[in-house]
Amino acid sequence: MPGYVSAELTGAHYIDGDHATAEGAIAAGCNFVAGYPITPSTEVVERLAGRFPSTGGNFIQMEDEIASSIAIQGAVWGGAKAMTVSSGPGISLMMEHIGLAAMTEVPCVFVNVQRGGPSTGLPTLPAQADMMQARWGSHGDYEIIALSPNSPQECFDLIIHAFNLSEQYRVPVMFMMDESVGHMTEKVVIPPYNQIEVTPRRFTTKRPGEYKPFALDNGSMVPPMVKAGEGYGIHITGLTHDERGYPVMNAQIQDRLVNRLVDKILKNVDKITRVRDDGVEGADVVVVSYGITSRISMRAVRMAREKGVKVGHLRLVVVWPFPEQLVRQLARKVKAMVVPEINLGQVVLEVERCAAGNCNVVSVPHAGGAVHNPNTIYSAIMEAAG
Amino acid sequence: MTTKAGPKNPVERYLRMDRMPHIWCPGCGIGTTVNCFARAIEQSGVDLKKLAIVSGIGCTGRVAGYLSFDSFHTTHGRAIPFATGLKMANPELKVVVYSGDGDLVAIGGNHFIHAARRNADLTVFCVNNFNYAMTGGQIAPTTPLDAVGTTSPYGVCERPFNLPFLAKSCGAVYVARWTAYHVRQLTKSMIEAMDKRGFSFVEIITPCPTLYERRNRLGDGLARMEWFRDNSVIRHGSDTRYADIGFQEKIICGKFVDVDRPSLLEMTQAKLGDVVSHRRWQEMSRRQRRPLGEEATKG
Ligand SMILES: Cc1ncc(C[n+]2csc(CCOP(=O)(O)OP(=O)(O)O)c2C)c(N)n1
Ligand code: SF4
Ligand SMILES: [Mg+2]
Repeated sequence: MPGYVSAELTGAHYIDGDHATAEGAIAAGCNFVAGYPITPSTEVVERLAGRFPSTGGNFIQMEDEIASSIAIQGAVWGGAKAMTVSSGPGISLMMEHIGLAAMTEVPCVFVNVQRGGPSTGLPTLPAQADMMQARWGSHGDYEIIALSPNSPQECFDLIIHAFNLSEQYRVPVMFMMDESVGHMTEKVVIPPYNQIEVTPRRFTTKRPGEYKPFALDNGSMVPPMVKAGEGYGIHITGLTHDERGYPVMNAQIQDRLVNRLVDKILKNVDKITRVRDDGVEGADVVVVSYGITSRISMRAVRMAREKGVKVGHLRLVVVWPFPEQLVRQLARKVKAMVVPEINLGQVVLEVERCAAGNCNVVSVPHAGGAVHNPNTIYSAIMEAAG
Repeated sequence: MTTKAGPKNPVERYLRMDRMPHIWCPGCGIGTTVNCFARAIEQSGVDLKKLAIVSGIGCTGRVAGYLSFDSFHTTHGRAIPFATGLKMANPELKVVVYSGDGDLVAIGGNHFIHAARRNADLTVFCVNNFNYAMTGGQIAPTTPLDAVGTTSPYGVCERPFNLPFLAKSCGAVYVARWTAYHVRQLTKSMIEAMDKRGFSFVEIITPCPTLYERRNRLGDGLARMEWFRDNSVIRHGSDTRYADIGFQEKIICGKFVDVDRPSLLEMTQAKLGDVVSHRRWQEMSRRQRRPLGEEATKG
C-alpha cells in the first residue's frame, strides 16, 4: 500500500530529525498524535500540530504523558494510526501504558528523543541511556520492537518502518532517537508517495459473532483486529484474557498469553532484525553501535583502518529484539567487539551475553551530554586489536 | 434432570450473559446502576453498534466487561484519556466512561478536570461508593469527613471533593447526582447525559455493604437504600457549591447543570474546518519563522 505523503513535499528538504520524524509519520499514515511538550522532542508535535489539519490527522496536547500514552490507544481502537512523542521524564510516565499496549496488542509508536538522565538530567543534550527502559520499563514479561535512527533522513525512513512493524506484529514500537539526531539538520529526501511502502492494519474478515479478538488464524501468531463501532461488541482488557478477550485469572491462560506475546517477536527476530554491515567479514575487531554513536564510530573505524587494523562495523538499526544469533556467530570469528554507547553500558550487556566468552567485549561508556570523542572509540579499537 | 428456565431479564441483551455470574457482592449498588444504564440505552434508542464503554480499574471498572457493546477495561484512572482518543478518532461513536470515584477523581482527577475544561464529547458516570472498594476499603477523595476506612482507621481528616461542584467549575455541560435508590430519576439522567454534546457527568451514590457500610456500621445494602430514600433531598438546579456530602448527612440530589457550550469536536471543526489547505500551513509556518523545510532546495 502506498504512503500518504502529500505531493507538495516530495523532494529534497533541509530539516532536522524531529521534523523528519513528523513527516515520516504522516507518510506512514499516522493520523492521531497525542503529546505533551518536552525538550528535545517538542518539534515533532509542533510540526504535526501545523501539518495535521491539512493531512486529515488529529493532534491533541494532553494534560500529561500518562494521558497521551493512553489516548493514542483509544484512537487506535477508533481506527487511527497513532503515536506519541516524548523524552526521558515523559517516557518514564508512560510506562504503564506501554505494558497496556503490549498486553492488548495495540499497534502504536512511542517516539523517545533521548536526553541525559536520570530525572530532569540534561534536557537539551543527548544520551542513549533509555535503551534498557525501552525494553523492560513496564512491569511483567513482554517484548517490544525498538529502532534507532542515526540521521534526519533515517528518522523519516525508519518511522515509516516503525509504523509498519507495529501493524505487522500488533506491538508498541519504540523509536529511539536522541537529542543530536533530533536537532541535527541535514538533507532529507521525501520520495513520491507511491514509492513509500505502508503496511495496512490487518482487519478480520469474520462477521460479528464469529470473531474473537485474540484468536489466531492462518497459523499466524498475531490476531487480526477490528475497530470500535462496527458491531463486533469487543471487550478489551489489560487483565490476563482468553481468546474472547475475557478476563481469566489462572496460571494456564497467563502462560499461554504471555508466551505468545513474547514469542510473536522473539520467534521472528530474523525477520525483524535490521543491521548495517561495514566490513564485518574477516575483521579482527568489530564495533557494535546504534543511533548517533554509529556515526562517531565510523570515524574511529576509518582511523583504525588507516593504521592497518582489520576492523568492521555492525550497526544495529533495530536494537530490540536483539540480533542474538548474529552476535553469537560473530563472537566465534572475531577477537573482540567494541561497544560504544552514550550510557554507562546497556546494550553491551546483551553483546556480552551473546558473545558467551567467545571473544573479548569492550564497553566504551559515556555518561551523556555529548557524543563520544572518536579518539576514545579509536583507542578502544586499537587496544582490543592488541 | 430438567433445567428451569426462569423469566428472561429484559436487559439481558445488553449484557454479556456468558460472563455471568458477575463478581459484585450481594447488596452492592453497582449492579443497580448497570440496570438503570441498560434501561437508559433501551429508552434512548442509541445505536448499539456505535456505543462504546470505557472503564478504569475497580469494582466499578468491571462494568465494561459485562456490557455487550464495544467495551474497554483500561488502566486505573485513565479511562477518560483513552475515551478522548477513541472519540476523536471516530466521532461517530457515543463514548461513555463508567468508573469508580477513586478511579475518576483520585488517580484520574487530572484527566477529569481537563476533559471537563475542554468539553470533550464524553458522558461520564461515576459510581461513588465513598471508598476504594476493589482494594479492600481504603479511603478515597470522596470519603466523608470522619468516616473510617482501612487507611484511616480513626476517621478521615481530609475534606472530600464535592463532585458536582468540581465538574461544574471545570466546565461540564450536564451535571446530576442520584443515589442507587433513585432508579427512575437516574435512568432519565443517564439518557439526558448521553444526549448532550460535550462533557456530561452523573454522580451515582451507591452502597458498598461489604466494605464502607460494614466498617462504618451503616447496615446492609437494603438498610442503606432505605437510608438513601429517607435522607436524600431532590433539589434540581441547586447551586452545586452547597452539594457537599457530610458523614451521614443529607445527600442533595437532582440535575444541577444543563447548559449548552460548543464541544471539543465542534470547536476543533470550527477552527480547522475539514481540511486546512497546504498553502495555509505554509503561510502559518512562515509567520512563525519555523524551519519547516519550505525554503528547501527542491528536486
Ligand atoms: C496504578 C494503579 N494503582 C493502584 C491500583 C490498585 N487499585 C485497583 S482498584 C483501586 C481503587 C478503586 O476504587 P474506585 O475507583 O473507587 O472503584 P471501586 O472499587 O470503589 O468501584 C486501586 C487503588 C491499580 N490497579 N493501578
Ligand atoms: S466490595 Fe463493595 S463495591 Fe465492590 S462489589 Fe462488593 S459491595 Fe460492591
Ligand atoms: Mg469507589
